[in-house]
Amino acid sequence: MAEIAIKKKRPKNLDIPTIRMPLPSVLSILHRISGAVLFLLLPCLLWLFQQSLASPEAYAAAKAVTSNVLVKIVLLGLLWLYMHHFCAGIRYLLLDLHKGVDLQPARFSSKVVFAVSIALTLIVGAKVLL
Amino acid sequence: MINRIVVGAGYGLKDWIVQRATALIMAVYTLILLVALGAMGPGGYEAWRAIFANGFMQFMTFLFFVSLFWHVWIGVRDIWMDYAKPDGLRLVLMIATAAALVGYAGWAAKILWRL
Ligand code: HEM
Repeated sequence: MAEIAIKKKRPKNLDIPTIRMPLPSVLSILHRISGAVLFLLLPCLLWLFQQSLASPEAYAAAKAVTSNVLVKIVLLGLLWLYMHHFCAGIRYLLLDLHKGVDLQPARFSSKVVFAVSIALTLIVGAKVLL
Repeated sequence: MINRIVVGAGYGLKDWIVQRATALIMAVYTLILLVALGAMGPGGYEAWRAIFANGFMQFMTFLFFVSLFWHVWIGVRDIWMDYAKPDGLRLVLMIATAAALVGYAGWAAKILWRL
């Protein structure tokens, strides 16, 4: 029913290379991607959490799994997705409170989000993955 | 002006608020965990377990998980609504998502229960 009202053809631009992606829009799409990927990998993360707490033996077994370089890279990637979602999420909460909505502050805060989330990823990654 | 036909009463607003409230709880928990990790000594399993074993952190971690599953339900449902257009497919994906999240919630409770 609701669609009936929207009959007018609206312009569409699907000429991908000409679409500009300023940093705030990269941040935005990464926020969605990070949420979706973290959701899909929740079983793996819950399993790791369970093993790491179950017993010293299970902890050691989990450590052995994460000592694999490929696993390490994937986990570091997930950590970054989480940190990005976390920092970008806080930025959205502030935007919802009408803080930093103007173009310049919004551009600046998206740079801050990338810088802080990458820094946190490296610091936490060094602590739990090395 | 588009004549919108509104069905139901304010589900959207409630979900919007819940998504933000749960985001806030998870953000606070993340900060607490970052501090706890920073303070964690090099004790391996014992030090790691100690972070989650005390009463306050058990409460907070449980709160985090409940927030997470509720937050993800709203977020992932929004994503399905954007990309999964056939009604049948969308329904199946939503049911699968809800089922998985309820299962994860039980699993998370079990992990914390045993600490
Ligand atoms: C510190 C933790 C978190 C914060 C502060 C946070 C914040 C947010 C916020 C503010 C939104 C709404 C964005 C919007 O409406 O545009 C959102 C959406 C979402 N979140 Fe989170 N979140 C957190 C953790 C997580 C985690 C761990 C997951 C997945 C396992 C997740 C999955 C999602 C999904 C799927 C969406 C919907 C994305 C979309 O519609 O584009 N979130 N989050």
